[in-house]
Amino acid sequence: MTQLALIIDLNVCVGCHACVTSCKEWNTSGSAGFMTDENPYSKDPTGTFFNRVQTYEIGEFPATETLHFPKSCLHCEDPPCVPVCPTGASYKRKEDGIVLVDYDKCIGCRYCSWACPYGVREIDETQKVMKKCTLCVDRIYDEELPESERKPACVLACPTSARLFGDVHDSESDVSVTIREEGGYQLMPEWGTKPANHYLPRRKTRMNIHEDELQRADNPLKKEERGPSAPVDAPTLDDSTSW
Amino acid sequence: MHPAFSVIFLTTLIGAGQGLFLALITGQSYAAVQLLPSQDSTQFYGNGAAIVMLFLIGGLIASFFHLGRPERAWRAASQWRTSWLSREVIVLPALMFLVFVYGVMHYFEWDTVLFTTKEGAKLQVTLVVGIIGALATFLLFLCTGMIYGCLKFLQEWHSPLTVINYTLLGTASGFVLATAFANHNAPELMRFFGIWATIITIAAFITRSASLIRNSRIKAKSTMQTALGVRHNKIQQKAMGFMGGSVNTRDFFHHASAILFKSMKWVFIVLVFIVPVIVIWYGITEANTTVLLTAFVIQYIGLIAERWFFFAQANHPQNLYYQTI
Amino acid sequence: MTVVHDPLQAPEGRIETKNTTCYMCACRCGIRVTLRDGEVRYIQGNPDHPLNKGIICAKGASGIMKQYSPARLTKPLRRKEGSERGDAEFEEISWDEAFSIMEERLAHLRATDPKKFALFTGRDQMQALTGMFAKQYGTPNYAAHGGFCSVNMAAGMIYTMGGSFWEFGGPDLERAKLFVMIGTAEDHHSNPMKMELSKFKRNGGRFISVNPVRTGYSAIADEWVPIKPGTDGALFLAIIHELIRTGLYDRDFLVQYTNSAELVSTDEDSDDFGLFARTDIPQDPDCFDPQDRVWWDRNSDKAVHARTKDADPFLLGEFTLADGREAKPSFQLLKDRVEDYTPEWASEVTGIPVETIKRLAHEMGITARDEKIELPIAWTDVWGKDHDTVTGNPVAFHAMRGLAAHSNGFQTIRALTILMTILGTIDRPGGFRHKAPFPRPIPPCAKTPKSPDDVKPNTPLNGMPLGWPATPDDLFVDENNQPVRLDKAFSWEFPLAAHGLMQNAITNAWRQDPYPIDTLMIFMANMAWNSTMNTANVRDMLNDKDENGEYKIPYLIVCDAFQSEMVAYADLVLPDTTYLERHDTISMLDRPISEYDGPVDSVRIPVVPPTGETKPFQEVLIELGSRLNLPAFTNKDGSRKYRDYPDFIVNFETEPGSGIGFLAGWRGKGGEKFMKGEPNPNQWEMYEKNNCVFHYEMPKSYQYMRNWNRGYLNWAQEHRLLRYAEPINIHIYSEILMNFRLAAQGKREGKQPPEHLRKRVETYFDPLPFYFEPLENHLTDKHKYPLNAVTQRPMAMYHSWDSQNAWLRQIHTYNFMYVHPKTASAAGIKDGGWMWAESMHGKVRCLCRYSESVEPGTVWTWNAIGKSKGAWRLDKDANESEKGFLLNHLISEELPAHEAGEHVSNSDPNTGQAAWYDVRVRIYPAAEDEDKTSYPQFDEMPALPGTGKTGKVLKYFAGMFKKKAG
Repeated sequence: MTQLALIIDLNVCVGCHACVTSCKEWNTSGSAGFMTDENPYSKDPTGTFFNRVQTYEIGEFPATETLHFPKSCLHCEDPPCVPVCPTGASYKRKEDGIVLVDYDKCIGCRYCSWACPYGVREIDETQKVMKKCTLCVDRIYDEELPESERKPACVLACPTSARLFGDVHDSESDVSVTIREEGGYQLMPEWGTKPANHYLPRRKTRMNIHEDELQRADNPLKKEERGPSAPVDAPTLDDSTSW
Repeated sequence: MHPAFSVIFLTTLIGAGQGLFLALITGQSYAAVQLLPSQDSTQFYGNGAAIVMLFLIGGLIASFFHLGRPERAWRAASQWRTSWLSREVIVLPALMFLVFVYGVMHYFEWDTVLFTTKEGAKLQVTLVVGIIGALATFLLFLCTGMIYGCLKFLQEWHSPLTVINYTLLGTASGFVLATAFANHNAPELMRFFGIWATIITIAAFITRSASLIRNSRIKAKSTMQTALGVRHNKIQQKAMGFMGGSVNTRDFFHHASAILFKSMKWVFIVLVFIVPVIVIWYGITEANTTVLLTAFVIQYIGLIAERWFFFAQANHPQNLYYQTI
Repeated sequence: MTVVHDPLQAPEGRIETKNTTCYMCACRCGIRVTLRDGEVRYIQGNPDHPLNKGIICAKGASGIMKQYSPARLTKPLRRKEGSERGDAEFEEISWDEAFSIMEERLAHLRATDPKKFALFTGRDQMQALTGMFAKQYGTPNYAAHGGFCSVNMAAGMIYTMGGSFWEFGGPDLERAKLFVMIGTAEDHHSNPMKMELSKFKRNGGRFISVNPVRTGYSAIADEWVPIKPGTDGALFLAIIHELIRTGLYDRDFLVQYTNSAELVSTDEDSDDFGLFARTDIPQDPDCFDPQDRVWWDRNSDKAVHARTKDADPFLLGEFTLADGREAKPSFQLLKDRVEDYTPEWASEVTGIPVETIKRLAHEMGITARDEKIELPIAWTDVWGKDHDTVTGNPVAFHAMRGLAAHSNGFQTIRALTILMTILGTIDRPGGFRHKAPFPRPIPPCAKTPKSPDDVKPNTPLNGMPLGWPATPDDLFVDENNQPVRLDKAFSWEFPLAAHGLMQNAITNAWRQDPYPIDTLMIFMANMAWNSTMNTANVRDMLNDKDENGEYKIPYLIVCDAFQSEMVAYADLVLPDTTYLERHDTISMLDRPISEYDGPVDSVRIPVVPPTGETKPFQEVLIELGSRLNLPAFTNKDGSRKYRDYPDFIVNFETEPGSGIGFLAGWRGKGGEKFMKGEPNPNQWEMYEKNNCVFHYEMPKSYQYMRNWNRGYLNWAQEHRLLRYAEPINIHIYSEILMNFRLAAQGKREGKQPPEHLRKRVETYFDPLPFYFEPLENHLTDKHKYPLNAVTQRPMAMYHSWDSQNAWLRQIHTYNFMYVHPKTASAAGIKDGGWMWAESMHGKVRCLCRYSESVEPGTVWTWNAIGKSKGAWRLDKDANESEKGFLLNHLISEELPAHEAGEHVSNSDPNTGQAAWYDVRVRIYPAAEDEDKTSYPQFDEMPALPGTGKTGKVLKYFAGMFKKKAG
């Protein structure tokens, strides 16, 4: 069984928001219909976005880490938002594990958003239906697109390729290997939702300098020592001992 | 959570209706075994059921305000296998149907006695319908309560107390109303309902207090550490990714001041439990319908506050991601 | 379970896909635009583009909201009779009228005094054209935004090693092992940088960020080294000190490829004190360094001609030349210079622990020495020596405005370049790599006119409006050594102002210093807001009148695509198109998008028709040039030469028959040539077929060591990137700077600084890098104003451009002042509370946000999020104006009066780079009863005629949007 998912590499995410707006531009004109923006040019603009990038500070100066944290629907393997839906509008596709909303069934009761611990469902305030990340399901199977572009818009856009896309049930897929080898983890594992999306932690590269590396035989300073230091005919030990 | 008033009215209105219906059935059952005098079918049960219907319909109307697409509400019955909300959507009309049948049969006195025991207890068709209705009522309390109780990461809600409280509060509210109604339509039952109303209100006070104590001791399972997957004791949000608000900031926070939030707890404790008990006793003593109705209205207002607090107190783990603009 | 809504169903509509080049910032990524029924459906990175390889940023992906923004100007406008500038009361006029007005005015000025017309442009990406227009017109008063952007970075590096960061070169992260990023704005070369940074980290590279603030790129650094703003020079000098002390420098590289071993006369009494000792080998002409220097050979222990075969020079020591003059190698002078710049000293200045400074030096030095790369690429150096391999010392650096926007930036950047050089990393794998047309000679050959006589009526300017002075005699001053240019660039105040000083254009024009002008034309520069210092006063200057009631700046023409703050002050508004509506060239004559492996240029080709009556500024210039009969736009018989901009691009040659034009690709009649070749009538089509980009990948052996690579230099000469195939040796010691110092000391013939500037020039034109506190520090009370205040631009906004963008403004709707919790709480300011920040020039009220990611002596905010009420077509209650603020109000465009003068620009004394980041502030809480809005506030700018409607709800769906709206 296939489970498509995103892997977010926090080690390289610089928080540029490319995934945020590329998602918006693809999906607002896609099968998710328009994604409403309210107060677009006035006080407190607010709109429907499937993906957001947040910023956190970890620790205290000067040992501060600044963390950029993209978050969209995690496509849980056991999605709490699906069974609670009274109409069946919220569903998980058997063929690829994508959690979707059937916009023609949704009654906009918001109950699924209550049931999501991650806060990734977004009501569309004019269409009055719940919307969310579709993993660009209308891209990834579109055979009119070149195969290399059959990926979610956020993945294509991401300048640091901090977003990997693939089947986390296939042990040999790139995403599975990455999760396995780079310490991929799930958010809020305590709820047993088994998010399909994983996050990769920060990894540090350090340099260890050994004392002897500072004192090498080929130190170029040695070349700057100029000429013999004393005349040849100056006294030496030879002038006073014979052994 | 952000208290949604459509949901608050839905739950308090149908709760009162369900409670009143239970009161009627209780009355009829006692009468059937001759523990209470029989009442006029039309005047008491027929009109009583009509009042129940008014509350249920009111609740139903309120619920539609919560829907983005009410015209599709019919679809909500399809997921009864998994969704308590869907179950509620089935049980509520079913109950309404039963109340309607019960009320009509009483009103037009279409009733027959199925059998009579040696002791003279009579089993009437209306009572059978009523008992089925009572079961539906309890089922509806269960469904409504479980809509909240089943969400395991809303730890304040995820407890049997959610269902128990909701059932007892709705029932109490219904019995207080029944007391007032009885004083007007069947004065000899007034004291019976009044005593039950008091008992149930006190029971609700005990269980609701239990949940307050429980909730005050909850240790959140989700933390910044689990939300981000970062092991550090000091994590602070600096930006949530948007600045003008979103569904995440609107639907999941109560946005009330700490003072309002705290005072709301005392408001509902006073208005739901303490004042009604006193006013009911005064009303019973005086046999005054207005006083008894006042007790109901005060308690109902208190229940709105109780529901508000119920929502506001529930801490959604998604809020961990939405702390700083 | 049946699904009602088919999630795979694509909406109906006619789909088209077109390629062009992005312009949501200055990166110039290739984009692929999908249209549905003529409306923009999707903008993605072009996967076949060498710059961005398919990726796109937040801004690029929000281009739709720029295209359909209600803030767009769609009609030419004239200020209403009787209204004041700034009131933004306009009436629509036709383009014919607009052109007539301009033609009449500009023709008159050109015939009388062409310097009374000044043209200043923002981040316009068409400086080749705007500069050429100014030159053809005959005015010296032209500059783009470089003076207030990063000219220090360009000049500091180019005057040292003939190349610079960003467009001209950058870190080779594909091969680097250690990458040190210092003070980098997150919008500079941002997409390629993000892409490479990620690859670099995944390849196991170590990334160190030196920055007062940890955001963006710094967030993913393996180590963050917080530093006090403006002290980077001290850090570099201390690292150089430590590298020399421990011998962790690349001696072979320094000997052969720099002037390190070249002897400098140190005899204070001799005529050539401070100049290189020279042999009598005949000098080559022109701008390349003559190869006439002297080494002290270790083998023969005597002076020899530099780079004599088999000679091995001393880098250190003191020598007596045959004629008895004392001399030292440049490197010895550098060593002497950094003697006192110890890590202990630098620690005090920078706030970085001594151990960290030493460790940084050791990490750099050891990585450079022990992780050497040997690429199996044979090449021949310019002296004829064959090399079997290309060597790389894989330590890479990148820096930008954090260094540049300080008044000590030029010398700081000189220090950085020298640090990069002594590690042996210049144009080598894993280090710094050039991009065509760089490297250039030091300095590049382009020169400005040198005398006021070069500015004549009805005559093109005799020289380039902007250039690279090599000696004091190249300065553009009059017989009294006073500036000829309005912005005083290339005068003794700012001799190396290679990009001009746009930041002073308005103030100088208003003060009529050095002279009054008549018409100021501004193209896409928001000089009434975020692009100017001292914003409130500059707005007053724009509206100020003399005693006769005439404006001090008599006529203001503004060309912009949006209702910016600047537009309010215009007498004439020209509505520009968006980037999706026009032809454009990213030209080798300007700042191309070349890669390390070879030259790249690109074009924009319209994907949608112009909105309303918008007209690309390029077309405006071609039309004006033709109407004014400027020689380049006119045939011999006086008739118009070019139909329009596309026609101009195809057919224009820098000189008749030169074969050099704006575009390098597909030249020659059939498109068979590149770089140089006769015009190709189908050039646009060929670009269009090739993703709108031309990329020539040079042979591998030409891709490294280009300053000294014979193959490359010959190729560059042949393709007219360079005039000569001579080596470009790195200036550890800058004789160029010394010549200016000698003039200031009165020890040099030729142009002399005015008396009051002698000390200034003598001090700052130090031939060796040195550290000095930024100028404002000397003139402000540091105890009263203890904190540094800086800005950064966020990755999801470019300058002020994007508040009209409905999607981007949701990410940055207003801005906070970020303050370290200890600093803020010591001042009594609450997290999220209102606070004041005050400098000696002004004050702002803003919101405070505590942050552990900022050095406690620094406060910072995102730049240009705050907007003037009503500007950019935002409602008057928009958060941008209610809560957003500009730091610009705290920064002055001029320094307080001091010995160098009363009105000296707040800029680097070498280059005129605007010293944005020098400002010092104090902070205190706003009182409880104060307005909960930012300060200062300005009157609301009304909606201009021709701008769009701003509804309460926006529902964008390509193919349906205008239909619904219409």
